[in-house]
Amino acid sequence: MTRPRTLFEKVWDRHLVEKGTTEGLPSTLYIDLHLIHEVTSPQAFTELEDRGLAVRRPSQTVATMDHSTPTDPAISMRELKVLDPQGAGQLDRLQSNCARHGIQLHSLGSRDNGIVHVMGPELGLTQPGMTVVCGDSHTSTHGAFGALAFGIGTTEVGHVLATQALLMHRPRTLEVRVKGDLGPGLTAKDLILSIIATIGVDGGTGHVIEYTGSAIRALDMEGRMTVCNMSIEAGSRAGMIAPDETTFSYLKHRPYAPTGQEWSELVADWRTLPSDPGASYDRTVTLDAGVLEPMVTYGTNPGMAIPVTGRIPDPEALPRSERAGLAKALGYMGLTSGSRLQDQKVQTVFLGSCTNSRISDLRAAAALMEGKRVASGVRMLVVPGSQRVKREAEEEGLAGVFTAAGAEWRNPGCSMCLAMNTDKLKPGEYALSTSNRNFEGRQGPGSRTFLGSPLTAAATAITGFVTDPREVSP
Amino acid sequence: MRPFSIVTGKPVPLPVDNVDTDQIIPASFLKVVDRRGLAQGLFHGWRFRKDGSPDPGFVLHQPEHEGANVLLVGDNFGCGSSREHAPWALQAWGFEVILGLGFADIFRGNAHRNGLLTVSLTPSRYEALLSQVRADPGAVVSVDLAAQETTFPDGTTEAFEVDAFARYCMLNGIDTLGHLLEQLPAIEEHEARWPARVFAPPTVEEGETE
Ligand code: SF4
Repeated sequence: MTRPRTLFEKVWDRHLVEKGTTEGLPSTLYIDLHLIHEVTSPQAFTELEDRGLAVRRPSQTVATMDHSTPTDPAISMRELKVLDPQGAGQLDRLQSNCARHGIQLHSLGSRDNGIVHVMGPELGLTQPGMTVVCGDSHTSTHGAFGALAFGIGTTEVGHVLATQALLMHRPRTLEVRVKGDLGPGLTAKDLILSIIATIGVDGGTGHVIEYTGSAIRALDMEGRMTVCNMSIEAGSRAGMIAPDETTFSYLKHRPYAPTGQEWSELVADWRTLPSDPGASYDRTVTLDAGVLEPMVTYGTNPGMAIPVTGRIPDPEALPRSERAGLAKALGYMGLTSGSRLQDQKVQTVFLGSCTNSRISDLRAAAALMEGKRVASGVRMLVVPGSQRVKREAEEEGLAGVFTAAGAEWRNPGCSMCLAMNTDKLKPGEYALSTSNRNFEGRQGPGSRTFLGSPLTAAATAITGFVTDPREVSP
Repeated sequence: MRPFSIVTGKPVPLPVDNVDTDQIIPASFLKVVDRRGLAQGLFHGWRFRKDGSPDPGFVLHQPEHEGANVLLVGDNFGCGSSREHAPWALQAWGFEVILGLGFADIFRGNAHRNGLLTVSLTPSRYEALLSQVRADPGAVVSVDLAAQETTFPDGTTEAFEVDAFARYCMLNGIDTLGHLLEQLPAIEEHEARWPARVFAPPTVEEGETE
């Protein structure tokens, strides 16, 4: 009998080109799938060309345009060149780099274009047991399939382009076990916000998280992606969930999924990936999903989250080392300790980002908003994660529900998640956002972000105040 | 990459925990295809006031910190986005060493690959250094990568841990790609053992871009 191994260990072991040494030489890890986008790749291509190197495996590299792309249907590429010549220049550069090196590119407006972490999974590019990297910290999303997926810097993007491998030290493992069931009105987003609030924004540093337990098994693939997506907000480069029937049925018939005999063989192999009974983790944290409430952040990092029914905490009640951080965050957010989160007005609601812009997110929000209106004085942006999600939502009538409610229905892209295009908050404005980061200025200079689930976003859009979705009847 | 030896300088105190890379360099400065303009974007939200004028009160703008090369930060510095523009911007400003309580994984790796050294201090050392620097902005520290040791303003020293391979590369001013390229035969062998999935014929899909 071989030693029981975790999911992470199995994926790591089979991608090990060269094992690290005790003297400190890192391991060499083989990379199956490399995703690239316009913002973190140009300098890597330049470096490669300066050294006279080729892209070694172009067929394992897939590119998209998502970060600085316009989502306003009224802005065409031609107008973008005038409005944002620098952003347009970056898109041009990606296009020419991909053409020169024979890399598949899903360019702006094309059929399968979308946010990199929405596009990869929905096309079936992301598969169990793979190693997946991208110059983007939310690459952790792809771990929902039982892949080892993590964000890398631009220098490493160059390494993968040139060699299809990376140097790294083997991370430790952290099991986050979530028992029980999520109650009504709760989503995967509330679950991951609770996990981050529990373990802290650096609680996963140096570790790969494996999410286990009944509440995780009960999630559909899109919920699992939401959970893995925010692993990096707890400091973990990667989060993983063991593949199961839910995974296989999501993947089957996707454009890049294997078929026929190959499919059966791969599924048989994927069934061997889950952690063996008795496999051990470096650490384990346990949570009970049954006691959770919808979670909303009040501060300037994703760990500063409380139940939507809660009150803004008091810095004086915290350990000394944390007081200054909370006081600074509350000052930036313009919030007072002791006040109710639900009394906070918002000017904008953003439903989008690689955390929550998939079809199930839009369905959940639309079900709550059907026949209702966005509160006066509130602007709601609905930004589907990809062209596929957009088409599906339009065919199902979801887009119609949003526009009838007074929301803006946009083209896919990162949009107000990081405000690289014109989708920004005004200084001092509040937003309830389904994205993943409430950092200072993330949604535009001076922007103030409450992170929450698509249901909380829909409920908040209707009332104009941070709202508990359980109090709004569909 | 320049070989790293000993760096001596007056630490700029920025005792904030969880400084994310969006603070180090906001997304609006990431539209470059090279490394231009990154120093201008460094801590942009904190260096400039609402009306766009530089905030003379921000620590980097204080005259005693002109030409600074050592930054002193809190815990979990560099969390959030994987943007390598963060270490690039810090280096463009002139920083060579960052002392702090702790660093986020991706940031630390990115920094080391560019020859920007991060040094984790013990909490008591951190507090002591912070008080020394606050009392005397002219206080100097010295960081010796070969000896893996920091010398504090009062002459005392503390050893620090650093990834052995990163240290080797920084001391010799070499980057890690060379090491990877030497492993190409092993990588090819791996591919023979575990054939990777190939996703598409290498064609460029035509979109709206032209
Ligand atoms: S949606 Fe936001 S978090 Fe996701 S890839 Fe885009 S910018 Fe990054």
